[in-house]
Amino acid sequence: MKKMVVKKAVILGSGGLRIGQAGEFDYSGSQAIKALKEEGIETILINPNIATVQTDRDMADRVYFQPLNSQTVTRILERERPDIVLLGFGGQTALNLGLELHDKGVFKRLGIRLPGTPIESIKATEDRELFKATVSQVGTKTARSQPVYSVEEASAAAKDIGYPIMVRAGYSLGGLGSGRIDNDQDLRQKAGEAFRAVPQLLIEEFLVGWKEIEYEVVRDGAGNTITVCNMENLDPMGVHTGESIVVAPSQTLTNREYHHLREVAIKTINHLGIIGECNIQYALNPANGDYRVIEVNARLSRSSALASKATGYPLAFVATKLMLGQRLSDITNTVTGSTSAFFEPALDYLAVKIPRWDLSKLKSSDHHIGSEMKSVGEVMALGRSFPEALQKAIRMLNTGARGLTSHPYSIKDPLDEVQHATDRRLFAIYEAFKQGSSVAKIHELSNIDNWFLEHLANICRLEADIRKQPLDKELLRQAKQMGFADRVIADLKGLKEESVRRKRLQLGIQPVIKQIDTLAGEFEASTNYLYMTYHGDADDISPLGSKAAVVVGSGPYCIGSSVEFDWCAVNTGKTLRGRGWKTIMVNSNPETVSTDFDHSDRLYFEELTLERLQDIADYEKPHGIVVSVGGQIANNLALPLGKAGYPILGTAPEQIDRAENRQKFSAMLNSLGIDQPVWEEVTTLAKAKAFASKVGYPVIIRPSYVLSGGAMNVVINEKELAMYLSEAANVSPDHPVVISQFITNSKEIEIDGVAHKGRLQIYAISEHIENAGVHSGDATVVFPAQRLYLETVRRAKLITRQIISNLNITGPFNVQFIAKDNDLKVIECNVRASRSFPFVSKVTGHNFIAIATESILGKDAKTEYRTLEYDYVGVKSPQFSYNRLKGADPVAGVEMASTGEVACFGENIQEAFYASWLATEQKVKDHAIFLSLPDEHKHKFVEEAAELVKQGWTVFSTPGTHAYMKAHGVKTSLLHKISEKTEPSIKSAITGQKISLAVNVPSFNNDTKDGYIIRRLAIDSHIPLMTNAETGRLLLRCLADPSLTKREPKAWQDYVKT
Amino acid sequence: MYTGPKQLAAHAKQDGNRSERGDFLIMRKARLALSDGQSFAGQTPEWVDGEFGGEVVFNTGMTGYVESLTDPSYANQILVFTYPLIGNYGVQPEDTESDKIQVSGVVVNEAALAASHSGSQATLLEWLKSQDIPILIGADTRALTKYLRSRGTMPGVITTRIRRPAMPNLAPARVTIGQPTTYNKERRKKIVLVDCGTKENIVRSLKQLPVQIIRVPLDYDYTNDDYDGVVLSNGPGDPTDYPETIAITKKALRAGKPMFGICLGTQMMALAAGAKTYKLPYGHRGHNQPCIETGTKRCYITSQNHGYAIDEKSLPKGWEVSFRNLNDQSVEGIRHRTKPFFSVQFHPEAAPGPTDTQWLFETFKELL
Repeated sequence: MKKMVVKKAVILGSGGLRIGQAGEFDYSGSQAIKALKEEGIETILINPNIATVQTDRDMADRVYFQPLNSQTVTRILERERPDIVLLGFGGQTALNLGLELHDKGVFKRLGIRLPGTPIESIKATEDRELFKATVSQVGTKTARSQPVYSVEEASAAAKDIGYPIMVRAGYSLGGLGSGRIDNDQDLRQKAGEAFRAVPQLLIEEFLVGWKEIEYEVVRDGAGNTITVCNMENLDPMGVHTGESIVVAPSQTLTNREYHHLREVAIKTINHLGIIGECNIQYALNPANGDYRVIEVNARLSRSSALASKATGYPLAFVATKLMLGQRLSDITNTVTGSTSAFFEPALDYLAVKIPRWDLSKLKSSDHHIGSEMKSVGEVMALGRSFPEALQKAIRMLNTGARGLTSHPYSIKDPLDEVQHATDRRLFAIYEAFKQGSSVAKIHELSNIDNWFLEHLANICRLEADIRKQPLDKELLRQAKQMGFADRVIADLKGLKEESVRRKRLQLGIQPVIKQIDTLAGEFEASTNYLYMTYHGDADDISPLGSKAAVVVGSGPYCIGSSVEFDWCAVNTGKTLRGRGWKTIMVNSNPETVSTDFDHSDRLYFEELTLERLQDIADYEKPHGIVVSVGGQIANNLALPLGKAGYPILGTAPEQIDRAENRQKFSAMLNSLGIDQPVWEEVTTLAKAKAFASKVGYPVIIRPSYVLSGGAMNVVINEKELAMYLSEAANVSPDHPVVISQFITNSKEIEIDGVAHKGRLQIYAISEHIENAGVHSGDATVVFPAQRLYLETVRRAKLITRQIISNLNITGPFNVQFIAKDNDLKVIECNVRASRSFPFVSKVTGHNFIAIATESILGKDAKTEYRTLEYDYVGVKSPQFSYNRLKGADPVAGVEMASTGEVACFGENIQEAFYASWLATEQKVKDHAIFLSLPDEHKHKFVEEAAELVKQGWTVFSTPGTHAYMKAHGVKTSLLHKISEKTEPSIKSAITGQKISLAVNVPSFNNDTKDGYIIRRLAIDSHIPLMTNAETGRLLLRCLADPSLTKREPKAWQDYVKT
Repeated sequence: MYTGPKQLAAHAKQDGNRSERGDFLIMRKARLALSDGQSFAGQTPEWVDGEFGGEVVFNTGMTGYVESLTDPSYANQILVFTYPLIGNYGVQPEDTESDKIQVSGVVVNEAALAASHSGSQATLLEWLKSQDIPILIGADTRALTKYLRSRGTMPGVITTRIRRPAMPNLAPARVTIGQPTTYNKERRKKIVLVDCGTKENIVRSLKQLPVQIIRVPLDYDYTNDDYDGVVLSNGPGDPTDYPETIAITKKALRAGKPMFGICLGTQMMALAAGAKTYKLPYGHRGHNQPCIETGTKRCYITSQNHGYAIDEKSLPKGWEVSFRNLNDQSVEGIRHRTKPFFSVQFHPEAAPGPTDTQWLFETFKELL
């Protein structure tokens, strides 16, 4: 194969983070850009995910923050005229879009080549039937299955294969719409839903209890092929691999099995003609070694990101070079710097990945896990024994569990959750062992291999021993080798964490630092990729000392902490290095760019816990620790680290605590004469009622102990208050509840900024489109603010100056306000970088994190940056994943529910908003909308509805809305409520795809069951849904403006010139 | 039952260490003492008591401990596994590469007590105990590997004694069959398999070919017998310690019938052809060794286990390098330019390791 001549390349990104497609594509896209730039190729990136590292100034030559749909991308391609387009680095989104553009003939028309895996091979991996036919040509076995195109066909095929069966949808990301089905009735329902999104389903033999194994395969154009690593799922077949606990390399496969599957992988991938990177998934029968290939993903994936981090092999970087025609043997192993990229990493440790779920944040969602993906992120832990790595990973999740034996859940029926897997099955297994279940029993219920279960049982045995026996050197060492945290040991012994630590250090029990060198020590490697273990005597490195600063990363992606904090950590590292500092990055999330080892001088793939940061700081003796750029996990470490005497860079830990602690912060605001919503901490229901009747309903409740459902809630009357505090949460002196005034019909404003010794350096003031009541992470944010009085801006700025001066802030901060009738109240102040830092940085063209880092290092910017007036607008929209979460009510509220965000630019708010809404994977297919509005919002839609009707749109509505519109001269088509059981009904209109956009705004006071069903139906039928009056109205205005669809897409560099 | 060695030791304090099968495992402090005075601490099960010497080498494979431990090429050696968890899937008799464990000792981070596999007949420790093979557990195998990498392989002793052990004086290991043995007698074509410690999977791979196999002792002169081709097997140690085999090989080369060498067999073919061999500082032992075929530039991942290599400059006229190691450019295969002689330093029969080069057996068959 000849090296191709390429001058210009376009990379398609993956858009906003959502379930099934998270931050891993920032990692792969960033590596691809790096590889292209190394070859001197001009690189254009299309990705509306503004919080990514790949969309930074120093990455691609030009970035389009534009929706990833065929219309927009075609226009960009016509404008840019690249030689090649890379489809393999933006997940399923980019791949599907690429296939669509290919089928429309866009690439051919524009003379664009698609390097790497040929499109026919991609199709062979995407269409399951074609896939089976193709790979069977080389004798590769796949599961028995039948493609079906209707519910009737599905039913017949299932009968033929025999229940239970597996239903899968072609062309899906993360297994959307697939699942185990046990009977005909369920099949009919599921198939009906799925056929609305996809034309074809597959009914498959169900491989219950088989092991699930995966290989990451790399192949060059000359046919040289390697498997970079394999991985084994702790959860056997039946649980989606994205929902499984995964170990790398495989632990329970014999050499024969390992290499048999490897041989099949190479044979199959060769036959498919993949060029670059792909993964192949297997089911392996534990009884006889028989296998089935489940699927091949002909692109970089979540698994490849994991494999890359687990082995140190830069998969995405190498894949890019291979697509450009290079051979594996021509590429150098970047870890050793001397050996070749044609090799298979040998690990001398193991990696354990655990998914991170956030189901409690979503009302009414089901906690069972299975063949559909629900997790929002993941962690990876490295260790030299399984218990060590597993318990590390549990702590990394940041869900309140400090290890297998120390978790926050009360599990009523552990064996039921062992059998019917939930997001906390690991802890159910522990509880079952504690209640006397045997390994055999757990195995029988879960099919989890005994090797894993024996290790879990051992952790339980050791816990019992720690309880019973004196804590001598040997026991303490064992406990540490088995992954017990100092804090857990302390709790078992009735001691304090610091006294266990002191004792441990006195006894000389310390973790050692080992390198990840891809070759198990066989060759000299100058790698800076590190982990810590208690299974060892010698460190591989020596301390960096006072020229180094530690940056605490974000930890796992979850609702509320997403790729934006990785962006902050990476940019902090970049700035530190640019100023001559050595950077020590600590993070636990394999889907990040910060854990690419070339972004720091040292990368510790480690827990973000007090204990581990102390271990690292004790060893490295750095100048200081940056805790203000990794989000809340890092922020929470400030005070304990500060108290333990470690140098925190930037704002003092006590000041951070004054902002974090509700009482202290409130007192400060009072002393400064700054207004805030009224609140009180109550310990009895009576006091809660008294407070609420004093300030008036609705009120916001934040319990400190949650039984079920989200942590935060709005209640509208006393009855609800009483119900909530008895059923969903506890209120008692041990579990106080914070209750605060809810200010209706008000706006939210945010200020992101940087201060130096309490003085403002830069700030950005943005506004939410939604009224207050929607969590700032779920809000649609406009910057620069378009509808604020100058008076409001001035006062917000003044208040901000007072707060940052009082807290003596040095570094990043964020202040949130509620504005009503020119009245400003402060909701909170975060003395850390906020989620909107990348957004305001990229809209203003000033890197807030770079400025913050310089401030932390002691630089005073002297003059304030000007950031109020621009010729364009940026709008950031939330990306939701409701279609993945069966049963969850798709309404944004005070508890955050979005999994990601996107942002687009425009010449005015409408243009930017519309693009940014489309960029959250939305599409209005036709000219029919549906309105269902509560009384308090009906008036807001009259003008817009009238305009749409005038332009020939069909407007459907529910009886109330219909009557209101009619009274105001707008002709809408009536649909009966679902509860009326009369046609034409909303149900038949939605399921019959007669509607291209549904607007259903729930009422605060009177949300009916009907409303929930409408919203859920819309989501399950893949119809765009708006549930907020302000954004709903704005969208309708956009739809009524035909010029919006004709705009030429512009690049970031066209808007923001620096 | 605890899976880690140190866990075992503590558990012993209350009720002894009971493995899953009910026998007691009591750990004692032990160490690996190297000939240069360095030592690495660990523990041994109680049935290991005394001093056990061998040449200390490391293998980076992540699976295949049963195959490696029974590979005759490891005779006289103490094998260090760099992968930290060994014994996970127990021991299956069909995975063995010879009739016994060949190593003189084993060093691991953790030896699994709870083996899990449907085909497993014993745990790693039970198996080692049944053949009295010492194992050192809980050693910092990464530190040890790095030590050997930087100073070269050297003799060492697993010892449970406090005193400094005397280093072993290692006589060359000899592993070979007692009498010529024939497989697949009914087949017409005959190949001679010169057994210098051949792995069973070489025999299994040859049995797949339509040939009769006459497996002969390493000093057996077959050159006057009726045969169509020769396979020189793998085996332990320095190739120059096999003068009688090399002398016979010289005669066979003159006879000109197809010849295929594997591992040690490659080095002997080179020596018989007049080339020289040398000791690698720490050898190639693992399943991820990248090799490139010189003509086609085709790359393969290979399984390797050798401490010696062919000196490329000493290759006589008529011979060429056919495979090269991508990591250190060392010679991984040679062939004669005109005659049907070829050999590879790696293990095309795999077991353990990748099967990428299994096709070489077909290549040999084509020459017959």
